[in-house]
Order: sequence, then C-alpha cells, then structure tokens
Amino acid sequence: MITITSFPTESKDSDTYERTRHHPDVLDDVLMDEFDEEDSLDTRLTSPGVPLTSSHAFMRGHGTYVDGDEVIASVAGTIERVNKLVTVRALRSRQVAARRWKVDANARQDAVLMLSSVNLPGGIQRRKLESDELQMRNFFEEGDLLVAEVQAFFADGAMSLHTRSLKYGKLRNGQLITVPPVLIRRLKSHFISLPCGVDLILGLNGYVWVSKHVTEREREGEEGFDAEAVYSSRNNDIDPATRTAIARVSNILRVLATYFVPITDTILADAYEWALEQDPECGVKDLLREENAEAMILAVTARAAE
Amino acid sequence: MTSRVEILNDGGYRSDGRRQHELRDFNIDLSVRGQADGCAMVSHGLTQVLVSVLGPREAKNRSQTIHNRAIINVELSIAPFSSSERRKRSRNDRRILEFAAAVKSTFEPVIQVHLYPRSHIDIFIQVLQQDGGLLSASINATTLALITAGISLFDYVSAVSAGVHSTHPLLDLTALEENDVPYLTTAVMPRTGKVTLVTLETRLHADRFEEIFRLACDAGKVIHKEMRQAVMARTGQLVRALDIGLHDQGALQRDTEDDQEMRID
Repeated sequence: MITITSFPTESKDSDTYERTRHHPDVLDDVLMDEFDEEDSLDTRLTSPGVPLTSSHAFMRGHGTYVDGDEVIASVAGTIERVNKLVTVRALRSRQVAARRWKVDANARQDAVLMLSSVNLPGGIQRRKLESDELQMRNFFEEGDLLVAEVQAFFADGAMSLHTRSLKYGKLRNGQLITVPPVLIRRLKSHFISLPCGVDLILGLNGYVWVSKHVTEREREGEEGFDAEAVYSSRNNDIDPATRTAIARVSNILRVLATYFVPITDTILADAYEWALEQDPECGVKDLLREENAEAMILAVTARAAE
Repeated sequence: MTSRVEILNDGGYRSDGRRQHELRDFNIDLSVRGQADGCAMVSHGLTQVLVSVLGPREAKNRSQTIHNRAIINVELSIAPFSSSERRKRSRNDRRILEFAAAVKSTFEPVIQVHLYPRSHIDIFIQVLQQDGGLLSASINATTLALITAGISLFDYVSAVSAGVHSTHPLLDLTALEENDVPYLTTAVMPRTGKVTLVTLETRLHADRFEEIFRLACDAGKVIHKEMRQAVMARTGQLVRALDIGLHDQGALQRDTEDDQEMRID
C-alpha cells in the first residue's frame, strides 16, 4: 500500500530535539550534572570543533585535526584512543572507494581493482592487513598505468580487475598508444615480444603498451627477480637502440590505427621490417608522414595477401 | 521612520511579542530522510528549512572533478507555498543563484575538502516556510546536515540575522521586520570566533554596524550551543543503538580486537 504524506512525519522516538530549556547562565551546570549522572558514554561523544587533547602528547587520527597545540574533532561521533593515536569515529560516513582502485579501462564505467585482487610484495599467500589498506598508494598511485585481467563484471556493467599473476602489474619502460578497440583481435596471447627487442601488450580495450623487452627469466620471477620492482615507478635504463625501436613500433601502431588496419603480431612484424628497410631516408618520425604511411600500408597489405 | 507597523512599541516589545535581543523558537530535527547521507530540518520561528547532504561521492561529471579536493555544490529550491504570496521561482532565478553561492562560500573554508579528493558534496536546501532569516536558517541547517553526514568540518557554523531600529538593535528578524529595518546576517565559527559570512543588502549607518555585528556574533554562539546539544543527543542515541547491536554479536567484537593487536605488530 502506498501512503502519501506531504511532509516527512516527525518521528516520535525522542529523535526530535526535546529537552527542558534552561537559562544560559545555568545551562553549563545543568549539562555537567547530566554527564555525571549517566555512564561514561557522553564523555566519549564529541562533535566538530571540540578540543579533545593536547597535540604534543597525542597524535591525531581520522576525524580530527590539529590547530595550534590542540587536537580538535572534525566529525560527530565517539572518541577512540589506541596508545597515543586519537581518532573520532563518525557514525555515518562514506568511504570514498575504500580498498579499491578505480581504473580507466576505456569503458563506459571505470573498472575497479580491489585490494584483495592484487599481488602484494612478499608472497601470494600473504594475509591482508589493515596497514596494507593504508599503504595502497605505495602499490598503485593516481596516474599509474597497469595491466590487469578482467575478473568479473558487476551487475551494473562495471568491471572488476585482478593482477594476481606476475604477468600483470604496473607498467614501465615504455609508452602507451591508444587505438580503436575493434582493431585488436583476440589472440592466443596478448603479450607479444617482437624480434626487435620490444614487448607489446595488446589490450582488448584498445590500449597498447609498447615497452622494452623483459627476459623470460625476469618475468617468471626465478633468479634475479626483484620483487620490489613490481611496484616500482622508476624506469630502468633504456639504451638508444631500444628507444628507437619502441618509438618505431609506436609510430607504426599509430599509422595502422589511422588506416584502420587490424593489429596482429604478423602485420606488426612485417611493417617493422619494411620500416627498417626504408630507414636511411625514412626515419622514425617520417613514418607518420602521409606518403610514407600510405607506402607502408600498401606494402603490409600486399604481404598479408600473399 | 514612516512605517505602517510598529517595529518596537513603547513597552520595548516587537511585533511578535519578543524583546530586542530575544531569538525565536529554534527547533532541530536530525532524523534521516530518504537517500541523503545527512539531513536536518531547522526552524527559526516560522521559517522552516530542510537541508539534505549527499556525498562525498564520485562526481557524475568527470570534467568537474578536482584531483586533490572535493567540490561543493549547493542547490536551493523555494517551495511556492512558502511565503504569504504564492510565487514560483525558476531554478535559475538570479536571487536563488546568489543565495546558493553565498551558502557555498560560507562552507568552503569550513568543510575539510582536502580529505575528499575527486569527489563531490551536494547540498540541497529546501525552503518550506519563510518568515525572515532565511539565510541564517539555511546555514544552520546545512551545518547540522553536514555533521550528520559525517563530513569533516573544522567547526560548526552558526548564523543569525541582526538589524537596527533607529538606535535599538534587534536580533533574529521576522519578514515583517526585514522589510522595514536595515539588517545584516553573520555566520561565525564559534570556537575561534572567525566569521565566514557577513551580508548586508540594505543601507546601514556605519556607526551602528560594529554594534550589531558583535551582537550577531554573540548570538551565533548561543545558537551553536543549541545545535551542539541537538547533535550530541542524536549521536548519543545512535551510539547507544550501535552498542546494543555489538553486545549481541560477540564475534564481531573479537574481530576488532584482533585487528588492534595486528596493528601493533
């Protein structure tokens, strides 16, 4: 049954603000009496702007801030103290995307990468601690690029990702090219290493990562595998030859994308070979010029037709 | 002053029977309504305002997000039946936009926006009845709604309007008085005494300004006391309800104890 009320009915259960009024001069005394009568609950409660303690003796936690030498509450709730850390726990609050990262996946909605679906340093079977939640920015930060596998779809169409394999994780030593997603065909493996010492990750979302080759040994994580490097944001040293190779592959990808040629490992290898043949008079940046680009497309499609 | 109504009669009473420095009846209702994260209905006498706060949440419009702080969005709607003359205002009425901007700039220095990066806090103000002191009622209700939503604030903001009739200062004006008397509205942060808003739309003698400004700031502190009392009552009630739930489930409590031990490691 549907009832319509023009205004929200006032709730009966003392929710509305009802209290005996006192003259301001005696108000403080009356309040003190009430506090004494009741249990310690009321002394645990606080509201914004109420000084809690000295900032020299205590550390401020969530729900508090420091002004001068006082720790002051910033939300209404209960005061909690763990050793020297003072926090105020709000009764109603929203955590902005707790325990997860939002990932731009070239989709309608941002994909979600849960903390629980990430490989943490120090072994796959490690227990997740609360401290890991606080250190989430040490693993992935805003602006980081990462490769992940789609784990599941939520009911609303948002993707849930996971990186629980050493294949997946943070990207470095390379550059990102965006192509129309239809150009990427589903392959047996989307991790390709080209003979020219360049690794490719073809994302089905149209994001292609071109990077320096990582040896099989390093990737599999046996000897010489650096666990810290998985979440490092620093590039390794890249020699000039590799840099040109990466740049050349990237430009080839851009040309293929503008001519709407599907991107597969064979076509890329052919195009790379062609580009190397033209090298002296057609450098890396000249690949993007229209006449060179057209010549490349012709050569590549001719070879693909054979 | 040539006015049809007597603002202050010979006995020192105002048109609604108050003394000069008396505030109107101040009522607060903090119960939750609908989807909002925080809600407050406040009435100053016959002025009644309902404020709902939504957020912090991810902004719908990606271009509007700021990467290191939250955006505050204030929308005001005035019910057509709220004043004595029935009148429908459009959403883009200049006065409404100005009012919303005033509320927004009042709260920008008070909300700890840096804690909510890339998110969006919506404040919806609905005016149900108006009888003067609309801005101060809206600001008080917004403060309370933000607190119930659990949004971090530096302090309360409490606002009161004050006017002057010849040389007599008056507090918390009704619509009748606002029409005849120069007045200002101030919003103060009571702990530090900082003032986040002063508006003056009528002509006021410069010599009178300081006196009624200080009076309004003091009255703000009185309002703050009432607001805090209401918030504490509400919080205490919720905590008590929460505690009962916790005692029923011993397992849950044990879990939290585990967490604390691990944190020390």
